[in-house]
Parts: sequence; C-alpha cells; structure tokens
Amino acid sequence: MMSKNNEWPIWEVFIRSKNGLEHRHVGSLHAAGEEMALENARDVYTRRQEGVSIWVVESKHIHATNPSEAGELFEPAADKVYRHPTFYDLPEELKHI
Amino acid sequence: MTQKEISLEEQFQARIDRGESIEPKDWMPEKYRKTHIRQISQHAHSEVVGMLPEGNWITRTPNLRRKVGLLAKVQDEAGHGLYLYSAAETLGISRDEMFEQLHTGKAKYSSIFNYPTLSWADIGTIGWLVDGAAIINQVMLTRTSFGPYARAMVRICKEESFHQRQGYEIMIGLSHGTPEQKEMAQDALNRFWWPSLMMFGPKDDESPNTEMSVKWKIKRKTNDELRQQFIDITIPQAEYLGLTVPDPDLKWNEERGHYDFGAIDWDEFWQVVKGNGPCNKERLAARNKAWDEGAWVRDAALAHAEKKASKNVSKVA
Ligand SMILES: [Fe+2]
Ligand SMILES: [Fe+2]
Repeated sequence: MMSKNNEWPIWEVFIRSKNGLEHRHVGSLHAAGEEMALENARDVYTRRQEGVSIWVVESKHIHATNPSEAGELFEPAADKVYRHPTFYDLPEELKHI
Repeated sequence: MTQKEISLEEQFQARIDRGESIEPKDWMPEKYRKTHIRQISQHAHSEVVGMLPEGNWITRTPNLRRKVGLLAKVQDEAGHGLYLYSAAETLGISRDEMFEQLHTGKAKYSSIFNYPTLSWADIGTIGWLVDGAAIINQVMLTRTSFGPYARAMVRICKEESFHQRQGYEIMIGLSHGTPEQKEMAQDALNRFWWPSLMMFGPKDDESPNTEMSVKWKIKRKTNDELRQQFIDITIPQAEYLGLTVPDPDLKWNEERGHYDFGAIDWDEFWQVVKGNGPCNKERLAARNKAWDEGAWVRDAALAHAEKKASKNVSKVA
C-alpha cells in the first residue's frame, strides 16, 4: 500500500462556462502536475461543453478566511446603507439618475 | 461534554434548522464529520464499483448507438466517483485512505453492484432501475446539509437522467422485440427488481441512522418513503414495457394512493452486505488488480512532474 505522501497533489478547478463570463470554482481533482491537471479537469468537468476555458491551481496555494471570523470581517458592511443608491433621497420626477 | 461544546452543538443545530449549508471549515460535531466521511466515500465507491458490471458489456453491445451510450454512461460514473471523493476529502480524509478502505473490504458500497450482469438486458435494466433508484435518492441529497456533498449531487443529477433514459430505451427495444428478446428483458427484471428495492436500505424501524440523518438534514426522506416513491413511479413504466415485476403481492391501494408490495428478503440483503453476494469477491479483486497494476503509472507520473518542476526552478534561479 502506498503511503499518503505518494498521492498526487490536489488541484482546484475553475471554469469559464462561456465567453464573456468569469471563471468559477467547480471542484477539485488529483494530478501529478499542471498539464495533467488541465487534462483531467477537461475530462472530469467538461464532458458536456460546460466550459471554454479552464484554470487549475494547486490547492495548497489557496488561502481562505476563517469561518469563525466571518462576523468581524463581513458584518461591518451591514450597517453602511449609505453605500447604496437607495439611501439618498431625490425627488421622484427626476429622470436618469 | 464541556459547556463550550454544548453551546457549539446547539449553535450548529440551529444553523441546520435554519436550512443553512455547512461548509468544510465550519465547526461541526465530530459525529457529523465522521458520518459524512463514511456516507460520501461509500457513495463514491458505489459509483466506481458500479462501473464494473456495466463495463462487462461495453465490448459486446448490439450496435454502435448502444456502445457510445453505454461508454458515455460509464465515463460519467467515473466522474461521479471523482466528484464525491473530492467532497469527502474536504473533511480531512485522503484519497488513498479511502481507496485503502475500499480495497481491503473495510468500506461498503451499494450492494446492487454485487449482482452479475448475465445478459444484454441487464444493462437496460440497470440503467432503468438502478439509475432510477439512484436518481430518487440523489435528488433528495441535492438539498442535504453539507455543502460540498449537495453541490456534487446537483452536478450528478444533471447527468443521471440520460443514464436512465438510455437504459429504458434498451428495454423498449427488447420488450417490443422478438419473443426471445422480451423473455430476456423479463428475466433481467426478475433478477434486478428486489435488489433494486433493497438499494434504499433497511426498513425505517430497523435503520439505526434514520433519526440522526433527519435531524442533521442529511436525508430529508426516510428509506421507506423513498422506496415507495420508486415503486409508484416504476410500475407504470414496467406496464408500458409489457413486463411484470416478480411480486405477486403488488397491488394498487386506492386508499393509500400507493402500491402495496410484498415482503423484501432482508436476509439476502444482509448476506450481500456482509460480503457473501454473488460477485463481492470478483468486484474487490477487480478493483485491487486495477489499483496494483496502475501503481507504476502513478509513480512515473509523479516522478516526471517533480523532475519537470525542479527543471523550472533551476531555470528561474
Ligand atoms: Fe452515478
Ligand atoms: Fe448513473
């Protein structure tokens, strides 16, 4: 039985579903290197023309926010209503603004 | 259990009750993590082992239309296995650990794949019944509480409907064909009907995990509810084919608005689960052979990638 260190690294896969749209994370897979990761991503995630472009990045290079810090990171934006257009009172007869 | 853990558990349950998704890095009870690792990896194993009985017929399809369909279906099942292994890995188990559990027989997979595919009609029946049963289970799981599992299910469900349709098309061809072909279709249905009903798992009152599954919104319907749903959907499809399910007690119950059906042989089910089904040994042997014979490929690919990477580094330096 092979040890865990012999496992091919994990890659995260991002796919542009069609021209004009952004790449979106679709999942992950194992591959020995970047070329194989792209080939595997094509076979695993685009069997029905789900994409026109693929990015892969080794999972170890992804840094993520910690869920326990979500409150302090994202809640401060909740009471900043003045960042939204509806906060500002303008007469209704005004057009194109 | 400490005070802090109790409150974390309560908070966790409150999130589940609100219908929130649980993501891999969120706090979760150890039991929730373990249950998911087990369930998702066993689901992945089922997809992978499920390729074996169908793969048995790829070289013997009656024509090219059937061959491209079956080949594409089996490729999809490989993909399903990969989506699910990835989802399980987010909980901290490695791919190799999961393979080891499968190859040593420690992990279970769906018992249905321990039955042999004796005739071409079996391939039609598997697409129709086995994928049909899987669809019912998997559609429910698209709303399961663990995010990566639910998302894998959405992707899988999009692909499954073609699997069932290709199977049913095979069944139409056979059951509306010559008397011999129809007999072959009936024989396949006879053999796969009861094992298909067993796919939904033990009866609710004998299923120890039901309560926890419902509480954590892993499953939103019980085994018996799903089984009944499957029977109600499938009987009219069998009638369309002019085939009869091998159950003398099957009868429409006007009052319940469901079909009544006969007793399932749970002894057979547990025998197969314990490893004594007709093909358990063959399936495990095939998986182990593929794994062992692929070892040099995995090692060579890794060595090649490492060599290439070190060349790139020296170029940059
Ligand atoms: Fe599948
Ligand atoms: Fe399928």
